[in-house]
Amino acid sequence: MEISELVYDRPDLGKFRYHRSSMLLPEIYELERQRIFDKCWLYLGHESEVPNPGDYVRRVVAERALFFARNRDGELVVFHNTCPHRGALICRTEQGNAQVFQCFYHAWSFNTSGELIGMPDVEGYGPDFDRAEMGLRSPRFDSYKGFIFVCFDREAGSLVDYLAGAAEYLDLVADQSPAGMKVIPGSNRYTIKANWKLLAENSIDGYHALPTHQTYFDYMANEVGGSIPSINNRRGFGRALGNGHGVMENDAIYGRPIAMWHPYFGEESRAEIDSIKEELSGRHGRDKALRMCEKSRNMVIFPNLVINDIMAVTIRVFQPTGPDSMDVTAWEMAPGDETGSMLHRRLDSFLTFLGPGGFATPDDTEALESCQHGFRSGGVEWSDLSRGFHRDPTGSDELQIRSFWRRWQSLVAEMPHVERFERGLGLFEQPEVAPSPELAVAADN
Amino acid sequence: MATQTTQIPLPVAGLPATAESLLLQHEVEQLLYREARLLDDWNLDAWLTLYTEDAQYVVPTTDLPEGDPRKDLVFIDDDYTRMAARVVRLKSRHAHREYPWSRTRRFIGNVMVTATDGDEIEATASVAVWRFRAGESSPYVGRYDVRMRRVDGELRLCHKRATLDLEGLSDHGALSIIF
Repeated sequence: MEISELVYDRPDLGKFRYHRSSMLLPEIYELERQRIFDKCWLYLGHESEVPNPGDYVRRVVAERALFFARNRDGELVVFHNTCPHRGALICRTEQGNAQVFQCFYHAWSFNTSGELIGMPDVEGYGPDFDRAEMGLRSPRFDSYKGFIFVCFDREAGSLVDYLAGAAEYLDLVADQSPAGMKVIPGSNRYTIKANWKLLAENSIDGYHALPTHQTYFDYMANEVGGSIPSINNRRGFGRALGNGHGVMENDAIYGRPIAMWHPYFGEESRAEIDSIKEELSGRHGRDKALRMCEKSRNMVIFPNLVINDIMAVTIRVFQPTGPDSMDVTAWEMAPGDETGSMLHRRLDSFLTFLGPGGFATPDDTEALESCQHGFRSGGVEWSDLSRGFHRDPTGSDELQIRSFWRRWQSLVAEMPHVERFERGLGLFEQPEVAPSPELAVAADN
Repeated sequence: MATQTTQIPLPVAGLPATAESLLLQHEVEQLLYREARLLDDWNLDAWLTLYTEDAQYVVPTTDLPEGDPRKDLVFIDDDYTRMAARVVRLKSRHAHREYPWSRTRRFIGNVMVTATDGDEIEATASVAVWRFRAGESSPYVGRYDVRMRRVDGELRLCHKRATLDLEGLSDHGALSIIF
């Protein structure tokens, strides 16, 4: 089978499926490393994690050790975590504050901007030794409203072009507080023994929520009030956002700490939450404020970043470590100045559903590993993603997942990327003529 | 991850060896052993009866063992209501990571009664939970910090903070059991 045939995309037949070898073969994983993870902009961290000069955080992105920091001038810096001298890791703790980064191996020292400022027995180096050449190396990096991304391809376009329609959805998170948004200390770190693309799919798959997470909906209904929604009674929709990014946007079912009160939060919080909504309306206008407050959004930024703005605002990033394994890290966000009972309520809302000890995330981990085991069974070559192909895609349809796979196919096979405009709301760039029931096809890049 | 600068307060010593403290030591050990056995047996309804109705059960994240659930992200921050809901969920056959239930064996050691303060008794213990399921075996290793109180003469847990020593849930994928 040709690499270019792994995704079978036939809107005329109502069929969309991908070949399961794409989830299993080491050769395909190697192509993904070269053609996706070495080409795309990848999430690294958030600026709020390094608020002060000298603050640093280390992280692994696409199997590469990196660290980011704020230099003494207050600028964001990102470095490959390797000594330019002989290779040892420079940053060997998860986070901290430093005035100097010193390699422990031969004690070469670098300032917070990465410049080599000293080494033992400097006389051992001759007149041709160029100190300026021996500073810490930076990958390409940029940040959008505090979200820091790196790119290992010097030829790639800008971050904001890459984000395309996803930028607006990042705005909906970043603009939630006049104080800006921050990452709350503490993260979820866990491994899922499944292909990384399964988590991308799962994160924007509204169809699985009710069957898989029945115990969560039972808990919310029984313990704190509220009804169990049906799979398709929500006025939600899926959207392709360009470059493989996708989102599903739905009416929120339960409360949202930003500003949608729910009995679960307690009567005493009602006035406080309503006042946040007022503030947002004043700043953004009523329509955008209501959308921020009362709609939930699950978004994948291709290839491995999820921003969920649901019962909590989360950042989830997954680093593949092979065709059948990934390391997941997830954080929660809050307004920069939020404290006290409001912050506690936000944290509690996260824990009802999310995280390795939540009432839903372990079910997803099980589902993904179950799929990976199932793929190895053989007998079935293709997985189906045709849901909603024939109608305006709802929040529980699969348009946004198809968009992910189309981008994946074009990158791994090095084919021109074609953004398919499906019916109804699944549009990234609205064509000037309203889409006909037939599919319009337009080139994107 | 704990760094050298992280100050984790350690109990200076256990209680002095009096007949009273030996009895208390025995009683605390028996309560923790009983909890371990009930959880290993998946006798979750009986497990819940070991807790007072104002109980709190906290598991911090692996990267922030000193995390405070009021201002930091943790894995679990249950009041009694959510502990009861957790039991309902784990018994429902729809907690998919635990259906079928994993086999577990809990080892409790180094039990040290650290303080008696009015009605409350504080203790710390080391714990390892071996979990076996779906061809995988992985231990959850860590420390319990518990507070207990007498209810109708019986010692009950009113607070449990279960801190993992793991760097992440790299072999586990989730914290699907009660740790």
